[in-house]
Amino acid sequence: MATPILEVHDLGKTFGSVTAARDITVSIPPQQTVGIIGANGAGKTTFVNMITGYIKPSTGRILFEGRDITDLSPRDITRLGVSRSFQVAQVFPTMSVLDNVAVALGIARRGAGALWRPLRTRRLLEDSQAILERYRIADYRDAAANTLPQGVRKLLDIAMAVAAEPRVVLLDEPTSGISVEEKYDIMEVVVGVLKAAGLTVLFVEHDMDIVERYAERVLAFYEGTAIADGPPAEVLHDDKVKEFVVGETLHRLRRPGAAVAHA
Amino acid sequence: MWDRTIFLLCAIFVAAVAGAFVMPDWAIFLATVAVAKALVVLGLMILWRTGLVSFGQALYFGAGGYAAGLAGLWLGLSDAVLLVVFGSVIAAILAWVVGLLLARYREIFFAMLSLAFSMILYGLLVNTEALGSTDGVNIIAPTFLGYAPLGAAQVRAVYLLTMASGLIAACLVQIYLQSTIGQLAGPIRDNEIRVEYLGASARAVIHLKVVIAGALAGAGGVLTALAVGHIDPEMAYWTTSGGFVFVTILAGTGSVIAPFLGSLLFETVRSFAMVYTPETWQLMLGSALLLTILFFPGGLWSLFERRRAGV
Amino acid sequence: MLTGFAILVDGLVYASWLFIVAIGLSLIFGVMKILNVAHGAFYAFGAYGAATLVGLYFQADLPVAGAFAALLVAAVLIGLVLGSILERGLLRWVYGRDEVIVVLVTYAVFLILEDVLRLIWGSDSYFAYQPYVALGNVVVGDMIISNYDLGLIALAGLTAISAWWGLTRTKWGKLLVAVIYDREMSTAFGINVTAVFAITFLIGAMLGAFGGAFTAPKISVTPGLGVEVIVLAFAVVAIGGMGSIPGALIGSLIVGWCRAAAVHLLPEVELFVIYAVMALVLAFRPEGLFSRMQARKI
Repeated sequence: MATPILEVHDLGKTFGSVTAARDITVSIPPQQTVGIIGANGAGKTTFVNMITGYIKPSTGRILFEGRDITDLSPRDITRLGVSRSFQVAQVFPTMSVLDNVAVALGIARRGAGALWRPLRTRRLLEDSQAILERYRIADYRDAAANTLPQGVRKLLDIAMAVAAEPRVVLLDEPTSGISVEEKYDIMEVVVGVLKAAGLTVLFVEHDMDIVERYAERVLAFYEGTAIADGPPAEVLHDDKVKEFVVGETLHRLRRPGAAVAHA
Repeated sequence: MWDRTIFLLCAIFVAAVAGAFVMPDWAIFLATVAVAKALVVLGLMILWRTGLVSFGQALYFGAGGYAAGLAGLWLGLSDAVLLVVFGSVIAAILAWVVGLLLARYREIFFAMLSLAFSMILYGLLVNTEALGSTDGVNIIAPTFLGYAPLGAAQVRAVYLLTMASGLIAACLVQIYLQSTIGQLAGPIRDNEIRVEYLGASARAVIHLKVVIAGALAGAGGVLTALAVGHIDPEMAYWTTSGGFVFVTILAGTGSVIAPFLGSLLFETVRSFAMVYTPETWQLMLGSALLLTILFFPGGLWSLFERRRAGV
Repeated sequence: MLTGFAILVDGLVYASWLFIVAIGLSLIFGVMKILNVAHGAFYAFGAYGAATLVGLYFQADLPVAGAFAALLVAAVLIGLVLGSILERGLLRWVYGRDEVIVVLVTYAVFLILEDVLRLIWGSDSYFAYQPYVALGNVVVGDMIISNYDLGLIALAGLTAISAWWGLTRTKWGKLLVAVIYDREMSTAFGINVTAVFAITFLIGAMLGAFGGAFTAPKISVTPGLGVEVIVLAFAVVAIGGMGSIPGALIGSLIVGWCRAAAVHLLPEVELFVIYAVMALVLAFRPEGLFSRMQARKI
């Protein structure tokens, strides 16, 4: 059993009288692709936010490669090797797509001390271009980021997160806001690139088909805690998950010929 | 490090040095004051690019001027180069301290807090009899590595020092702007949170900018003091800060050359306006500013650039 | 403890003056999010206008009591005229822009108005001392307090109460408060924010001119008045919070008493202390003591 790359012990978060997360304990081995599912408000985003340092947990510890990152800032966590993308793609709107990636790459490579070096060296620009090509968005190279179609924006956001050469990347609803046809295109590209790079991937997703197809393991959240943890075939057909997450009626709809009963 | 802008700066410098031999005294003085002011504007430009406007650069301008002036009067330090370095360093240290707090603020609050700090210095200077109160004090004549020029020679010596300082500052800022940390200005302005999530500290970058801008303003203050031969609390007054911001807008922020061109034009027009139409100088300035803000947001430089690009 | 009493009274007098001067700025800042540098010009024009009107008034040999009305009339007229020209003619074109840009626009306007002032009234000093002198003094211990100053305290109180009443008891006032708290929400609820802006600016302009008009009898009205006043008003508004009447009151009192204490105890820090308090408040509560906005990023 390889040392887990990411571990979470008894993680919890309360906002005043609201418990957003509780008793979450998960251990993730390197290079695994984990899908995180759950209804809105179930605690998925809180979970991601705690791991990436946006929110400080009320209880529990987060360990990355054995190191406690619970109280670190997003900046420090990114520097250590845990990156994230956002549900609403966070890019630099007035800059070109190439520049967006160049900046991400520049920060990652120059680090503390070398930030004085010029940003736009030939090597950095070539590498940025290569990243664009890997994500199939090279056609949008010179377009301003705020003019991009939603799918390209999301890909850019993910490309920037990965430019930092992390070892773990968390994708927050990578296909939200994307048309059904495009969803698979995006996931193919993204998962392809990330797996080729040997990254550990956690992705939050509402589309069960995507989860079934791309996740090696699924964490199902309900009321702030993980109620199921296992391979997709198992989790997506688990009774509790069906009831609280996937939805009984929806599950029945997916079996052809089944009657839709009212709960 | 071949860079068109640095080449241009060197060319301008050479022309400026040559000018020392042919220009009349009043023009030399004007150019000196203009370039000294341009240093402050250079600092404001750095902040502007990251979306911040400081209404308190007069703090460092005044601090630099007084540090150098008092070093001369109380310690007998007269070497001009040392004074410029000394004033900049004092201003930079002050900027570092102020920046600890200021770098956490944005937009209007950044502007207001910077204003408050500069007015604190003003208040201190005005209410201190030993420093001459509102009248200020005259400072001792500068020397240049032992050489102690007088009259026209002194004016030219200060001029050459100012031009050299301008060249060095502009080149350093140009290098800074091309560096990774300098290129973070736009990203921080556009989406600060994203910058944090990429692994850089927006606050630390802004803190650095505050220090650089402070050091530049301090140098400008020393050079102005040397040129004028006098320091007074007005150097730290809010209208002085306002003046710097105005030149920044009028000049444009598209290039490190812009502050120098803009400042030169500004000082020239001002000198003539003060002589021929002193009653309407502020009216002209205010109108020029309004027109620039409303119709030419890129300032003077944007007109220049557009012509060059043939657009 | 006579010094203590002197500080108390002096502070109160100065605070009253500050409140009257700053309340207009606070209102405009709160409702429109505009730090109106031209407020200094409203003040200056108010002072000059009042001085002129009072001068004319006494030339017509009218009874002293009416001079106070003259001050008020001057303020209202100046405020209305300047305010409308500025708001309708210029500001409404820049409403959507970045806050700092709008401040720079108002600063440009301030510069223009400074020269306009000089073109109209020249560089001479003007006086409107009659109302001040007419009220006489009251002697307390070995302190001489001008009744006019006491009147200013009352006036400040009256202004505060009217402002409070106006904001909480009238329809327009409630609309203003709604816009202060959340402009977008207000628009969503159908409030005509443009009209609210226009009215607010006029009221702010009149209050600014009002400050100048009622100060005129105490000073010699000379060019450059506006420049000093505006930065003091900023300090009060920064301390008290934008758009807050209680904030402007507390801000004025804090600045007033700190300054009075400095003047009586340690004159070298008179100016320093005002801005030090401003910096201190901005450092710990950048939105001001009574406001609701978000100022800090980290």
